[in-house]
Amino acid sequence: MHFNLTDEQRALSDMVQRFLSQEYASDARRKILRSPEGWSREIWGKLGEMGLMALQVPEEQGGMAPATVETLLTMGAMGKALVVEPYLSSAVIGTALVRGLGTPAQRDALLPAMATGERIAVPAHGEAGSRHDLSRVATTARRGGAGWILDGRKAVVLHAPAADLLLVTARTAGAGDAQAGLSVFVVPATAPGVKLIPYPTIDGQRGADVVLSGVELPADALLGQEGQAFEGISAAFDLGVAALCAEAVGVLQATLDATTEYTRTRKQFGVPIARFQALQHRMADMLMHVEQARSMSYLAAMHASSTDVKERRRMVSAAKVTVGQACRYVGQQAVQLHGGMGVTDELAVSHCFKRLLAIELSLGDTDHHLERFITESK
Amino acid sequence: MDLTFTEEERRFRDEVRAFLEASLPAAMRHRLLEGLHVPPEDTVAWQRILFRKGWGGPSWATEFGGTGWDPVRQFIFEEECAAAGTPRLLPFGLKMVGPVIQRFGNAAQHARFLPRILSGEDWWCQGYSEPESGSDLASLRTLAVRQGDHYLVTGQKTWITLAQHADWIFCLVRTDRTGKAQAGISFLLIDMKSPGVEVRPITMLDGGHEVNEVWFEDVRVPVENLVGEENKGWTYAKFLLGHERANIAGIGGSKRELIRLKRIAAEERKHGRPLSEDPFFAARLAQVEIDLMALEITNLRVLSAEAEKRAPGPEASLLKIKGTEIQQALTELMVQAVGPYALPFRIEALQDGFAGPPVGPEYAAPLAATYCNMRKTSIYGGSNEIQKNIISQMILGL
Ligand SMILES: Cc1cc2nc3c(=O)[nH]c(=O)nc-3n(C[C@H](O)[C@H](O)[C@H](O)COP(=O)(O)OP(=O)(O)OC[C@H]3O[C@@H](n4cnc5c(N)ncnc54)[C@H](O)[C@@H]3O)c2cc1C
Repeated sequence: MHFNLTDEQRALSDMVQRFLSQEYASDARRKILRSPEGWSREIWGKLGEMGLMALQVPEEQGGMAPATVETLLTMGAMGKALVVEPYLSSAVIGTALVRGLGTPAQRDALLPAMATGERIAVPAHGEAGSRHDLSRVATTARRGGAGWILDGRKAVVLHAPAADLLLVTARTAGAGDAQAGLSVFVVPATAPGVKLIPYPTIDGQRGADVVLSGVELPADALLGQEGQAFEGISAAFDLGVAALCAEAVGVLQATLDATTEYTRTRKQFGVPIARFQALQHRMADMLMHVEQARSMSYLAAMHASSTDVKERRRMVSAAKVTVGQACRYVGQQAVQLHGGMGVTDELAVSHCFKRLLAIELSLGDTDHHLERFITESK
Repeated sequence: MDLTFTEEERRFRDEVRAFLEASLPAAMRHRLLEGLHVPPEDTVAWQRILFRKGWGGPSWATEFGGTGWDPVRQFIFEEECAAAGTPRLLPFGLKMVGPVIQRFGNAAQHARFLPRILSGEDWWCQGYSEPESGSDLASLRTLAVRQGDHYLVTGQKTWITLAQHADWIFCLVRTDRTGKAQAGISFLLIDMKSPGVEVRPITMLDGGHEVNEVWFEDVRVPVENLVGEENKGWTYAKFLLGHERANIAGIGGSKRELIRLKRIAAEERKHGRPLSEDPFFAARLAQVEIDLMALEITNLRVLSAEAEKRAPGPEASLLKIKGTEIQQALTELMVQAVGPYALPFRIEALQDGFAGPPVGPEYAAPLAATYCNMRKTSIYGGSNEIQKNIISQMILGL
């Protein structure tokens, strides 16, 4: 057992962190958030040049998969800098969907441009009635036209406004939450019948509800086999959860660092407030949450591509529970310890707080993963 | 022991209910119950409605134009207002500066300021905190120098709630820099229109504008705006604190939000079934409901002690901590209840009458922002850490 990084891995991590601390400092980030698109193609392009979008792409299509540790490190650095570009959606989950479900021809057609970041493909999966259930899909795909016709509405599709392609899950058979009968379709964001209702999210990212009304697709828009997509969706989202946990650890550490730094410099009653034992213990508790979350993010990363599906789900859910609880505790206490400054937009801490909230709610909240852990432990 | 209201108190409650039913405008009620933006006009209009009914000063003595209600009646009134969804009455005039002027002000100040608070003509704000003086309020530095018949005030206040709408600000200012910090503070009333007063907005984490910096540069304040004696301001501030913490538990508001949460949980689906039937969520919801029950009885115990003329003591700290924890827990559960639809954040959707395309259920729109915003409650009004210090020192004698 070892937790050491190779020289290459350390170099990659340093490179990403250096880049983000130079080009994604708080002011630059604010400017990006306020821009009409809400994300930066320029930053995205540079992240692509560093090879980061290729980490989950197989070698045959010009990538480096599986690069589990590299993905973990990259996500951690992005968390620390509160990056809003569509990395998790496209370079992790979207890529994993195409890689896991696509035919060799589809992988060749889609992945090379995703590996460079030229093409952005994000999953369009959740729906109003599905909450966090992965198999509860009501959107339908039926044969018609030149291939398929899609109808339905997807809820809170993160980064949809940035996407060239939407990877839409739809039912080709079955009903309710049946796992059989789920398929994934590659839908150009500009296809007739696709309508986006875009909005910012609470943490400053962009998303949209996606309305699909009689969207006509060619036969080869179906990714892989008809009706057999559930396991591929589940695997891609578990990889996504593991990556999200790694991002969370980056945010958590930045949040804790900002808090210790602030309490060391803020003086009340003639002393730095870090001298009050009540606050010291609070920060000690925060640290324990961060370290437990970090440990579990490693566990999730190591099991995210496991072929033992039950074990993979169990481990990933365990990690998300630990991380979710850390997000809540560390986020809330960081704001509290900053006093009034904590609830302003001015300092980084409130931005971290909101990202931690969004992470906790994304890809299954704490109760969802607690329940899945219990189910998968039986 | 009797944990219920008396016959007479119940009759009073019915009277309040009937009045609210008849007099609270539906649009105001809608905005409050749905967590939408409450414009300042609502706050003023509601104060005026109460004033016309003779209820403009629910916690004031009759000699000052108040209702003369005892603490239990005041509590009932506030509970019923919260449950009905009235705009919150501004505490700055009614619960803060009003009682201070009544107790320590002179007859001229009574006549000049009190009626305009009751009628809603004057909007007051509270100027205590400064950038370097938050929890350690006594270290405040805004300076007031006496020059003949006026003071010259220079300095900066911060976190001033709704100062952008205010006509007047009551300030703690330093009039003596020698001796103990607490001994050199005075209580000054300042007209916000005075030359040299500048209000600068602070943007909150939810994008809202509810607090401000207030800067004073050589602001001339007539000496008749000094309340009580020079250098006695700290005593008045402490007196005020007792009033500020009355009904601080916010039981009525939390009960209203609990009902809203239950309504949301019944609408939302988990695994295709109502979320309210999910054992995980049901357990979390039950826990908050039980905490709220306990706090309600604790609050009534404090009230009855007050009714027996024992001043609200350090127990108020307990009410503040538990009250804010429950308010915050309710916002957390609401966010959890709506699942992914908590994430979209369209600030324009929080305005009443928003006509854009709907995203998720209507009730979901303000929830994440409210959750973020409500973190303030454990910070202001004496942070919860400071309240625990008070409990340790004043109740436990540690
Ligand atoms: C939304 C909002 C509205 C407000 N409205 C007003 C207003 O209208 N008028 C007004 O005058 N003020 C107002 N305030 C200011 C409020 O009273 C202060 O924020 C509060 O007193 C805390 O001060 P601070 O922000 O400087 O935090 P600090 O005092 O710097 O505290 C930072 C952290 O240290 C902790 N801490 C400090 N001292 C101790 C100690 N001795 N032991 C343990 N922990 C300690 C605090 O609990 C907090 O967690 C408002 C604040 C907010 C957030």
